[in-house]
Amino acid sequence: MTPADAAPDARELPAGRPGPAGAPILEIRGLHVVFGGRSGLRSGGPLARAVDGVDLRVHQGEIVALAGESGCGKTTLARTVLGLERPSGGEVLFRGKPIGRTTASLKPYRREVQLILQDPTGALNPRQSVYESVAEGLRIHKVKGDEEALVEHALARSGLRPPRRFFLSYPHELSGGQRQRVVIAGALALEPSMLVADEPVSSLDASVRGEILALLLQLVRDLGLAVLVVTHDLGLAWNVADRLAVMYLGRIVELGPTEEVLANPRHPYTRALLSVVPEVSHLEPQVLAGEPPDPTRVPAGCRFHPRCPALAGGEAAAAGVDARCRAEDLPVLAAGHDHHAACFLTDESVR
Amino acid sequence: MTLLEVRDLTVGYRTRAGVVPAVRGVSLDLDRGQTLGLAGESGCGKSTMAAAVLRLLPAGTVTSGQVLLDGEDVFAMRPGRLRAVRWTEAAIVFQGAMHALNPVRRVGTQIAEAIQLHAKVGDAAAARQVGELLEQVGLPLRRSRSYPHELSGGQRQRVMIAMALACSPSLLIADEPTTALDVMVQAQVLDLLAELRRELGLALLLITHDLSVLAGTCERIAVMYAGRVVEQGPAAEVFAAPAHPYTRALAGAFPTIGDPVSRKAPRGLGGDPPDPRALPSGCEFHPRCRDALRSCPTTPVELWPAGPDRAAACVLVRHPEEVRP
Repeated sequence: MTPADAAPDARELPAGRPGPAGAPILEIRGLHVVFGGRSGLRSGGPLARAVDGVDLRVHQGEIVALAGESGCGKTTLARTVLGLERPSGGEVLFRGKPIGRTTASLKPYRREVQLILQDPTGALNPRQSVYESVAEGLRIHKVKGDEEALVEHALARSGLRPPRRFFLSYPHELSGGQRQRVVIAGALALEPSMLVADEPVSSLDASVRGEILALLLQLVRDLGLAVLVVTHDLGLAWNVADRLAVMYLGRIVELGPTEEVLANPRHPYTRALLSVVPEVSHLEPQVLAGEPPDPTRVPAGCRFHPRCPALAGGEAAAAGVDARCRAEDLPVLAAGHDHHAACFLTDESVR
Repeated sequence: MTLLEVRDLTVGYRTRAGVVPAVRGVSLDLDRGQTLGLAGESGCGKSTMAAAVLRLLPAGTVTSGQVLLDGEDVFAMRPGRLRAVRWTEAAIVFQGAMHALNPVRRVGTQIAEAIQLHAKVGDAAAARQVGELLEQVGLPLRRSRSYPHELSGGQRQRVMIAMALACSPSLLIADEPTTALDVMVQAQVLDLLAELRRELGLALLLITHDLSVLAGTCERIAVMYAGRVVEQGPAAEVFAAPAHPYTRALAGAFPTIGDPVSRKAPRGLGGDPPDPRALPSGCEFHPRCRDALRSCPTTPVELWPAGPDRAAACVLVRHPEEVRP
């Protein structure tokens, strides 16, 4: 395959508005990932429900952001999508087919879905030149064609120009932004149809952040890639994402088009997260006490209720839903395109 | 009154290729109980500044200028005096709390060590003080028996702050204290720092690349680029109406959620930070500047007044009529 006929599906999309229309490229159905305690799954110790029932779809040409605090299960979800963790329940479908479970059956899938990690310094081998780093994937997947041309093309695509100047550079000679571009070039060299990016800019300088995000947007526009981006940064979602899923303790608690979720957040957790973003001044900051709770002890009822400001502040009681908040488990949010929140107080469909 | 006074400080790192300048003539003042934010990208010299204040620079570093802590020159102190001043006058909280704590010792023991190194305090009294410090930073006493790996990132950062407070310093230097943390935990840590400031009258020097964090936390901001301060002034005003194009780029790097201008339009700053071994001529920022004039590569800049209590090192501050339409 030459770069020219990359991602043929993308050509058929109407320009400008990459749409959630049609079949999703990635579909997550009822996904559960459970980890054993210190002595493994069979020890009878408490199990950590890292991902506890998630439905989510990602379409070609679409950027979906998965946001939440550390420990909410967002990285486990991303790893499961890549086949790096085995689901305990539910499944991951790519182009309508379940992804494989063995290394051999996952190999073609792993070429199509590429991972971009947070820290480019850790992701690159310090003793490999830029050329070697980008060519490594091509060799693993035995991609045919002129290797040098493919590497050159991938570097240019990720904004390292002129690409040949970087061939023999080593990671320590590059800035943080350039290193992340090398990582992205390594992914692009394999002509993937989807990227999974785990905090792609959080270890980068503020000045470089915008450049890398702009690159991500451009790749989606030019190549019709689908992107699942995992982040704790709601500003990033505002900058690039078509849809936003907010995750709390293993579940998606709010899902919808980014504008709607951020302009009119329904879940008290989303509201609190949004209120502590330094740039958001119109919301009174609600600093939630403590760390996110323990996935080995998921609270009964709404999993957010022990920290919920709306429950503590009496809003839930005034609406007469407080008993349900404490006792009744909420259904898993459906993976549609409408704006929904898993909250008895604020979401009509749940009420 | 002035607690920390930095006068025309330069710091250079000695390398095989000669001395590489990291800080090139910085002057700053910080009063008792005040907060100053220092912003800039990696390599701008902001962490070198932090280390210089406590003379924590590696051996072989070339310095000139003065750092006065409560009127006393830090560079002229004898080693014994310096050891006393670190922790008791000024303490520092580093970025990676995981690496700054000893992984094989309980955090309570580590805090007690800091106390007992600086004062003749018995074990029982030190343990009592550890309890008070942990309470002050919002951790339960039982956490003193935890090892660093048993704590979350936010809790570890609280331990670091408790340790820094162990000898009741009047100045706290925090170098990227929230960079590796989630927004919610970041908000908790920033709240804690603000509370400690109010209660203990601490002065705070907060260093970060995230200008928006400083805008909400600090009274004054200084922005550094290529080893120099390029803009300074009251935090809210600098953030709301930056005078230097570099500050403008930093302020625009994090979008205002809800602002249609930034929706699907991330803004960054093109180009790479300058190589300190080969700095651009004239204004060091000109190769990356969107508003650069033809004269910028040849005109040296210095901090010029840019409104009440503000200064910026940009020719456009002096000649606003030359701003491109």
